Order: sequence, then C-alpha cells, then structure tokens
Amino acid sequence: MPLIEIRDLHFYRGDRAIFKGVDLDIYRGKVTAIMGPSGTGKTTLLKLIGGQLLPDQGSIKIDGQDVHQLKHAQLYELRKRMGMLFQSGALLTDISVFDNVAFPLREHTDLPESMIRDLVLMKLQAVGLRNAKDLMPAELSGGMARRVALARAVSLDPMMIMYDEPFTGQDPISMGTLVNLIKRINQSMGLTSIVVSHDLEETMAIADDIYLLSDGRVIERGTPETLQNSSSEWVKQFMKGLPDGPVSFHYPGVGFEDDLLRSKAAK
Amino acid sequence: MRQKKSTEVTVGLFVILGLLALFFLAMKVSNLTSFNDEPGYRVTAEFENVGGLKARSPVTLAGVRIGRVESITLDSDTYSASVVLNLYASFSTLPTDTAASIYTAGLLGEQYIGLEAGAEEEFLKDGDVIELTQPALVLEQVIGQFLFSKAGGNE
Amino acid sequence: MDSIQRLGRWAIGTSERLGRGYLFLMAILAGIPSTLMRFSLVIQQLYSVGVLSVFLILISGLFVGMVLGLQGYYTLVDFGAEESLGVMVALSLVRELGPVVSALLFAGRAGSALTAEIGLMKSTEQLSGMEMMAVDPIRRIITPRFLAGFISLPLLAAIFSAVGIIGGYIVGYGLLGVDDGAFWTQMQTKTDLYADIMNGVIKSVVFGFVVTWIALFEGHDAIPTSEGVGRATTRTVVHSAFAILSLDFVLTALMFGEV
Repeated sequence: MPLIEIRDLHFYRGDRAIFKGVDLDIYRGKVTAIMGPSGTGKTTLLKLIGGQLLPDQGSIKIDGQDVHQLKHAQLYELRKRMGMLFQSGALLTDISVFDNVAFPLREHTDLPESMIRDLVLMKLQAVGLRNAKDLMPAELSGGMARRVALARAVSLDPMMIMYDEPFTGQDPISMGTLVNLIKRINQSMGLTSIVVSHDLEETMAIADDIYLLSDGRVIERGTPETLQNSSSEWVKQFMKGLPDGPVSFHYPGVGFEDDLLRSKAAK
Repeated sequence: MRQKKSTEVTVGLFVILGLLALFFLAMKVSNLTSFNDEPGYRVTAEFENVGGLKARSPVTLAGVRIGRVESITLDSDTYSASVVLNLYASFSTLPTDTAASIYTAGLLGEQYIGLEAGAEEEFLKDGDVIELTQPALVLEQVIGQFLFSKAGGNE
Repeated sequence: MDSIQRLGRWAIGTSERLGRGYLFLMAILAGIPSTLMRFSLVIQQLYSVGVLSVFLILISGLFVGMVLGLQGYYTLVDFGAEESLGVMVALSLVRELGPVVSALLFAGRAGSALTAEIGLMKSTEQLSGMEMMAVDPIRRIITPRFLAGFISLPLLAAIFSAVGIIGGYIVGYGLLGVDDGAFWTQMQTKTDLYADIMNGVIKSVVFGFVVTWIALFEGHDAIPTSEGVGRATTRTVVHSAFAILSLDFVLTALMFGEV
C-alpha cells in the first residue's frame, strides 16, 4: 500500500482551479518527483499534504489516515513524522544553526541536553555542516541554509520528507551536493521523499517515480526512462525544454497582424 | 533556546521597578495612609440635610481625623438622612451627648463631619446614635434668611 | 455608484478583518495555559517588550511631569492656588496621562516592533515551517508576546506616573518654590487609592490587552512582502492610537463620570 494516497483532489484559489481532479500515489522508500511548469500549484500540493490547506474535494491519506479528518492534536502528531524543506530554508533567524537543528528535539522530546547535542552533531555531520553549528542563519549562503534546514527536517527521524523546489537558484556545486544528499539520506534512513521541482536534470537523476502536472491534472506518470521515451507532445516539450509546443510561447489573444492593423486604423 | 541569565535578571529588575512605582503611588501619593486596618465601631446620626457629604468623607474631632462616613441613606419615616459613621476603635471615649455637624473645608472644599465632645460620663459604643446634629449649610437658605432678616429689619 | 461600491467593499473587508482578529484573539487566549507552563518564553518577551521600553518611559514620564509642574504652576498661581500643584500633577498623571501616554509610546515602540517581527517571520515562512514541525506558532510565538505586553504596560504606566510626579515635584519645589509639605499632603488627601490609582491601573491593563492584540494581529495578518510588513507596522500604530484614545474616553466616562 502506498504511504500517501491522493484521490480526486480539487483545490481552488479564489476562482482559479489549481487542481481539477488529481490522483497520486507515493510509495515508501522511494523518491517521488512532482514536476511541471511554474504556477501549477506544486507548493500548494505540499501544503495540502501537510494539512496546512484544505482541499475543496477529494482526499489525502497518509499511512492510512485521512489528513483533513484529523483533529488538531492528531494532525500535529502526524506532522512530527513528516519533515519539510522549504524553498528558503525557513530557519528561525534569531537562533544559531545548532539551536535550529535542536529545535524539534527540544520541543517534542524530553531528551537531556547531552543527548540532544550528540544527535544534532550527527545530523549536521550528515549534511556536512557540523563545524558551522555556531553560525547564525544570516551568515549562511543559500545552499548552506538549505542543508541546515535538511538536517533540521530529519532531526526527529521522520518517515517522509517533502522538498519544495530544493534546486532552484543554486550554483552547480551546491546543486550537486543537494542532489547527492537527498538520494543518500533517502536510502540510508529509509525515508520516503517527495521532491517538487521544475529542475529537470537534477530531478531525473534521483527520482524513482515522476508525476508531470499541468493545468491542474496529471499529464503523465512514470520512471525517468519512460518519460524520456514518451510520445506525448506536451511531455516532449517539457523534457526537451522547447520554447514552443502545447505550452505556447505567445500569450493567447489577438493575432499579430490584426493588432498592428488595428492600431493603424485607430490613428 | 537557553535563557541568558542576564535576561532573567533584567526582567526581574523591570518587574520590581514597576511594582515599586505602583507601591510609591499607593503609599506616597494616595490617601492609602489614612486608611486603617484598625477595626472601627459604627455610630449613626440623623441630619436634616447632608449637603455635599459623601461616603468616605472624613469625621473629625477637634480637627483630628477619627473616622469616616460609611454610608448615607434616606430614612423614609423621618424624611431625614441617616448617616453611618465608622470611627476608629482607638477613639472610644466619646461621650453620648457628642454633637455632630457638617462643615465645609475651606470655601469650596469638600464637606466633612466635625464632632464636638459633650459632657456625659457614658461613652458611645457600636450601634449607638448621636442625638445632637446640625445639618449642612445650604447657601440658598442662608441667603434667604439674610434677605428675610434684612427685610424685617427695615420695617 | 462607484463610491457606494467601494464603501460596501470596504465595509465587507473591515468586517472580515474584525472577524479574523476576533478568532485570532480566541486562539491566543486558548494558548495561555500551555504558555504559562513554559514561562521562560514569556520572560524572554518581557525583556524585549518591557525592559527595552523602560528607558523611553522614564525619560518621557520625567519630562511630562516636569511640564505639568511648569504649566500647572503658571495656571494655578493666578488663583493663588499654587499649593495644589501636587494634586494637579498627580491626578493628571495617574488618571489620564500615565496610562494613555505610556500606551501610545508603547504602541509606537514595542507594538510596531512586534508587528514587524511577526510579519517578518511570516514572510520568511518561519511560521509555516514551525507548523510543519508540529509546533503551534500561536502557542510558541504569539501568546508569550501577548502575555508580555499585557503584563508590561501597567508596570510601565505606573513607572511613568511615578517618575512624572517626581518630575513635577522637582520643578514645583526645586524651581518654583512651592511648599514641600503642601505639595505632598494635598496630593495625599485628594488622590484616592481606588477611584484614581486603581482606575488608572485598570485603564493601562485594558490598553495593554488591546494594543498588544492589535500589534500581534497586524503582524500575523500582514501581506508577506517587505511592503506589506511596512504597512502593517503603520496600521498597528494608527489603530492602536484610535483604540487607546476612544477606550480612554469610554473608560473615563464610566469611571469618573459620576464620582
């Protein structure tokens, strides 16, 4: 049974339909990627899974529990088993790197400080930032901040992690480091990872399962190889990064000739 | 997040400072010092007119404060005001023929009850009644009397 | 037609905000029991909200008191009533200026700082991040600050009044030659513990409640951009000022209306 089952998901923001009936399965121990052009609501999907937003229709079940039927206390219990990596890292800016990683441990466990210290050092070691433990978030580069956030996300040894656009805006080295980390942590800790991204190359390198979303629906689903060989025009455009295709280059509206003629006539 | 020791100390100082300020206001600024924890005994007096006398107005003897007005109610049988005085227990040697009058402090000041000791050998106890009372001066009546006497004198 | 539409939209928007503000307040209050168990959070906030405002309050209180002494003297001396300077300074401060001015200063200094802090946490997704770490941001961040503001303001108002009276004394006795004894004894007779001081304290408690609530709400409700946070801080100060002054009127009418 998949760890996460999303069925018939509908979500509207105002009048705009973000999801118009989405079905997703996320399997344990695998890295599942959710990709698509900007604005398809990928971050929204993570918020729906985490229970921060309520769907207008449909259900999301995590480990058999319907997320949105849970009471406040139960939802918070579930969240302790989920880790989330925000695009900006979302570190608490007034405390040090060490305290940030220790935060979930201090809040949710009664472990003595000595044990917490050991755990924090281990997590930081895993992301390669153990010696940065006394820095403040403001002193970190973007890539480093994300790695610290990753260490924090795994500090309670969760069952799953969600990554919101982890590769966006990174230099090649940081990118490579992160890609490597995500894969390694997923395997060594037996996690289930959900990566939301539109960075093709990186995602293809680590994903076991990919969902392509567009216009509120799942367009295609498969392994990296399957998608490469897909016959869908849309998938081809996305995979090859072609400027024009099913997602058109020109903003829809009036034809060019008509527009020019009209402005001439108006004179 | 470990608490810095200095933070806790400064917060403690802040709270102490605030409480000191409150204490200062209560003690040095207000009339708390004239409140007494002394148990008092109650005595009633009836006045034709209490004027501007209020609850908690002072009660004095020879100018020294010996108590306060506890309550003022209307006696519907006698159509006069029934005033309950709460006197400090330390002044328990007031003769039973003590007189109570209503005075005004200064020209525009607040009103208070001034007691004048009598000559009896028995003393007022809790629940007693002061018989001799003089009502407050009502300005209009005084003027009226003055005009009346003037008019009479001119005849 | 257009202006009526706009009025309607404004009214709906405002009622929406009031509704959100009310629900927000309920969430804050619900978090109080668990926050009290982690009192170190409140102490941390008492420091940034209370202790750091003390200097401002001391200086302002001193100057206001001194000005009252000065102005009061010049007015009273015409009636030959300069002995009553103590009464005038004390009552003005304890009943009105203490609670009101310190609340206004608090809203400007601590209130806007709270709004900016919360707004910033919102825009950098720290609040969201906390939720996903199964830590309720209301209980961890908001309620401690609320309690801190609520406790601080009455203390600050008392400090303001106390320092102001001393300031008035310095000017009255030190500079203008008002009689030492008369200053204090008249003040003591005329200032009632319950009617004046207690009411002043009640006022500052009410102000503390309202101003802190406004500051936290505006921060929490801010649009998470730098412009949005900036506007939220302005709103905090403006709304707080309205609230303080209108509540002051209502409270004064209730308390001192028929002494």
